Amino acid sequence: MFSKILIANRGEIACRIIRTARAMGVKTVAVYSDADATAQHVLLADEAVHIGGSASRDSYLKGDRVLAAALQTGAQAVHPGYGFLSENAQFSELCSANGVVFIGPPVGAIEAMGSKSAAKQIMEQAGVPLVPGYHGSDQSPATLKAAADQMGYPVLLKAVAGGGGKGMRQVWASDQFDEALAAAKREALNGFGNDDMLVEKYLTQPRHVEIQVFCDNHGNAVYLFERDCSVQRRHQKVLEEAPAPGMSEPLRRAMGEAAVKAAQAIDYRGAGTVEFLLDVDGSFFFMEMNTRLQVEHPVTELITGEDLVEWQLRVADNQPLPKAQSELTLRGHAVEARIYAEDPDNEFLPATGALSYLRTPAESAHVRVDSGVVEGDQVSVFYDPMIAKLIVWDEDRERAIDRLTNALRDYRIAGLTTNIDYLYRIADSAPFRAADLDTRFIERHNQLLVETPRTQLTVEQQLAIVAALVAEPAAPVASAAGDADCSPWQASGDWRLNYRHRRHTAVAVDGCEYRIATELADGAIHWQADGGEQHVTGTLSCQRSGDQLQLVIDGQRSSASVYRAGQQLTVFSAAGSFTASLVAPDLGDTDSTDAGGGLLAPMNGTVVAQLVEPGVDVEAGTTLMVMEAMKMEHAIKAPSAGRVAEFYFSPGELVSGGAELLDFSAAE
Amino acid sequence: MAIIASKIKPQSGEFAANASHMQALVADLRAKIDTICEGGGAAAQQRHLDRGKLLPRQRVDALLDPGSPFLELSQLAAYEVYGENVPAAGVITGIGRVAGRECLIVANDATVKGGSYYPLTVKKHLRAQAIAQQNGLLCIYLVDSGGANLPRQDEVFPDRDHFGHIFFNQANMSAEGIPQIAAVMGSCTAGGAYVPAMADESIIVKNQGTIFLGGPPLVKAATGEVVSAEELGGADVHCRTSGVADHYAQNDLHALELVRRAVARSNRLKPAQLDTAAALPPRYPSEELYGVIPTDTRTPYDVREVIARVVDDSDLDEFKALYGTTLVCGFARIHGYPVGIVANNGILFGESAEKGAHFVELCAQRKIPLVFLQNITGFMVGKQYEAGGIAKHGAKMVTAVACAKVPKFTVLIGGSFGAGNYGMCGRAYDPNFLFMWPNARISVMGGEQAAGVLATVKRDQIERAGDSWSSEQEQAFKQPTIDAYEHQGHPYYASARLWDDGVIDPAETRTVLALAISASLNKPIAETRFGVFRM
Repeated sequence: MFSKILIANRGEIACRIIRTARAMGVKTVAVYSDADATAQHVLLADEAVHIGGSASRDSYLKGDRVLAAALQTGAQAVHPGYGFLSENAQFSELCSANGVVFIGPPVGAIEAMGSKSAAKQIMEQAGVPLVPGYHGSDQSPATLKAAADQMGYPVLLKAVAGGGGKGMRQVWASDQFDEALAAAKREALNGFGNDDMLVEKYLTQPRHVEIQVFCDNHGNAVYLFERDCSVQRRHQKVLEEAPAPGMSEPLRRAMGEAAVKAAQAIDYRGAGTVEFLLDVDGSFFFMEMNTRLQVEHPVTELITGEDLVEWQLRVADNQPLPKAQSELTLRGHAVEARIYAEDPDNEFLPATGALSYLRTPAESAHVRVDSGVVEGDQVSVFYDPMIAKLIVWDEDRERAIDRLTNALRDYRIAGLTTNIDYLYRIADSAPFRAADLDTRFIERHNQLLVETPRTQLTVEQQLAIVAALVAEPAAPVASAAGDADCSPWQASGDWRLNYRHRRHTAVAVDGCEYRIATELADGAIHWQADGGEQHVTGTLSCQRSGDQLQLVIDGQRSSASVYRAGQQLTVFSAAGSFTASLVAPDLGDTDSTDAGGGLLAPMNGTVVAQLVEPGVDVEAGTTLMVMEAMKMEHAIKAPSAGRVAEFYFSPGELVSGGAELLDFSAAE
Repeated sequence: MAIIASKIKPQSGEFAANASHMQALVADLRAKIDTICEGGGAAAQQRHLDRGKLLPRQRVDALLDPGSPFLELSQLAAYEVYGENVPAAGVITGIGRVAGRECLIVANDATVKGGSYYPLTVKKHLRAQAIAQQNGLLCIYLVDSGGANLPRQDEVFPDRDHFGHIFFNQANMSAEGIPQIAAVMGSCTAGGAYVPAMADESIIVKNQGTIFLGGPPLVKAATGEVVSAEELGGADVHCRTSGVADHYAQNDLHALELVRRAVARSNRLKPAQLDTAAALPPRYPSEELYGVIPTDTRTPYDVREVIARVVDDSDLDEFKALYGTTLVCGFARIHGYPVGIVANNGILFGESAEKGAHFVELCAQRKIPLVFLQNITGFMVGKQYEAGGIAKHGAKMVTAVACAKVPKFTVLIGGSFGAGNYGMCGRAYDPNFLFMWPNARISVMGGEQAAGVLATVKRDQIERAGDSWSSEQEQAFKQPTIDAYEHQGHPYYASARLWDDGVIDPAETRTVLALAISASLNKPIAETRFGVFRM
């Protein structure tokens, strides 16, 4: 076995590889960019080498620097993780040429699978099923129809020159074929001046089912069963599970054997994944093969009890596969949810910023968290905004989903927007629980997911928790008092001599402003909230320890945790989370001189362009500057007529969210 | 560890009778305070609010750190003193935390007679300043007052402890480094103009606050000049032109925010000077005090039952437990602060007085604050005791108490009669704070005793003249004295005249003492130098 390996990756996967390497007694070397100087993978590894700037192209994609780091530290092998250099044939070759083992398949296999059309040809030759289709030059309607009849309905007619849905028709039965073909041809001719058509089998409810395969250098090849990754959003996997619901043993074997055949067709080594589309009738078709460890590999680990990274290291070390096919068994059900910094309410725009508050579910035999971040870390613009993977296991799917929903409720992040709540809504939805899966799952159930309430807490319950929070004494002000440890001024709440104090606070909850009055008496908080149509009163008690609240609301016990940033409160509970903001007191029209004439960066990003000249008068709404963040452009516009006195950043410069971008003076 | 073992039986009929008696007294107190909290009444409050101003208690609430307590002082000031109703004497005073610092707050209540200064308003304001000075508390004045009550000028203007002393105090506290901050949130006329003018920093609210030596009517009378109040002394004049005010506030809340900022930048640190510990609650509920105190003040009970419901963990480490047993002395903690407790447990004998003097000296030496729990009919009288030097033993205790420079806190939990009041740190001995329970009584001697003394003198006169005096006649003679003593010895009567700092619910004694002790620690504890002890 290697004594030292280098991990050419970052984030959760780098941490995950280090964990296995350490367990095997293998030393690890991390590489890192400027932005990752204090990242978890750097802290966890035995050694770490700085390899360049924050942008991936300046660091994690620089094969020569990674290799130099390996040579410099004496690492005998490089584990590329996923993404970055993991499917880069050149890098693999570079490693081999320098006597460093690339933990992955041989160059030939990477290259073979790198081109999708070439890959399909190889698979066709190897007898791996592809989506049936007619791509021939004989365009006579009879030939086309014969092809359709042969592959079975429904079929899809597509204009060869087509795109954007034009010249495309679904045909559900043989007797509708001619009419549909004529219509499609007309459209294609009008649209593209070419009415050549191709016919493909139309999969009405295809599922994304992939097979984990493993091959060694001694001719052994196995499959470690399947994963169902049908819950996708724009080809990005959202939830993954193993085994695939409803999978029969014969089908599992057929798919597994097809996958092994595919791997063998390209003389594969190590861990690979063969992705198939699985149709409702049990037919399956090759899509592509990923020549690396997949993000979702943990679900396979949980149902097989195998450590795939350990397998990878053994295979790379020329050892035979740890187990033969007959020794591999499948137990229980595992589901993975990808926790992303993104905003489901805003077209899944990636979010960046600090993980100001981070609580993860307790890990156990049932709950696994693969993460590369800790509280306080930044999710930057430079890399994929995945924060962590939450993987659960239980004896059956139903219980595994319960584990997942509970763990998602316990996954508590504030400071930036995440998809946790969205994941919960999917996991808890009736169609997901019923395994009504296909690759259009999210599309089909979007309305349901949008309409599902963000929290199961009623407004009354939310207001009660807010009342408990606003009735609290203020955080101690650092006064350097010599008796701060026992000060009765801190411990006596809002006590008054000989009368009860009623405290008034204005709070916005879910867009509605409430006036909350609280009174402390006999260890309880008597509260009342008025706002909108609501008038709510109640009694509660609240014990707080750090961020944890133990509540008794009208006799009912519950718990919650809370994070406060300025006037913003984020409350998490087993019934969902919500935010509330304390309304600032009306301090009148204080002079706006200190508000400044500057304009602030909406998020971390890069300045793309300055669109006006300093000193030139512009109208209100004129775009002054363009920023790019997470591949989205943001226009910085003039708030009123006026002129830019000075730009503080030039194109190409990185800007932190909230930074003042320019000095704008409004016209008199 | 010396935990007091309570012998009280909360299930007993006596306990229940005691409790219902005390609860009635507390309920009466709270009802009176609720009325007092309404200031000048609903109509006056509405007029005040309609002007865009906050009520004085709202101002105090907004000024304090959110969710923190307010130790209000002299709530009953002027209660039934003047023929008219002057709730809280028209000014709210108390101690609260602002920007993490314990501050003394004085807030005029313009809904009460325009916030004008009655004699007791002056006395209350001066008492608040005296507390600030004695305890080193930053002062915040929320000014909204028409100034001296003109019909009573002879009782508010000329004497040493009259209106002028307010500014004397401001100047001298400022000289001592105790910040003086004023926010002008309404009128601030004539002498009142010196409150912001004498302050270290002053804030004024636009369109609300005015500062001038002579208001528009006086200006017109004096010079014929016609001018509006705002033109004469509004925020713009004083922030832009005169420089009388330093900070310009948009409204009340903004002014209070500016006060908070002024306090936050005061660079005042509270010194660490006691060996504190984590606060532990008493082992017995404070509410049991209701059932502990007999309905008749003459019924003896063990004062340790009171101490057990006030001090941390009910832990009292007694000093000289076997000597002079009518005075209980011992070390304890209140909310983590070490204190010396001096509590009456019967009449004072020579030994008890000597023990008290010794213990007070000990606490002064160690700089431990002293808490006096007064329930005293006086020193023992009689031939044997006079011969035994009860007067000189009493004098020793009075000397020790008078000279001890540690913070002193007195609570009148029962009777406070005669020289016992002196030895137990009555008002004349300048305790940092003095509070009364609603069942307490204070007078030079008990009403019965006073009436008895007067009747004896009268009987001697009558009998010398050869006349006779029936016991009915004697009783009729005594009754007015007994009634007068009962009336004047009542806590409300005392508190109305500022003989104390407030009447408190017995169950809240611990909280009140804890807050007061904490407040007192803002000033370094001085070295004590005792006078000559008569040996």
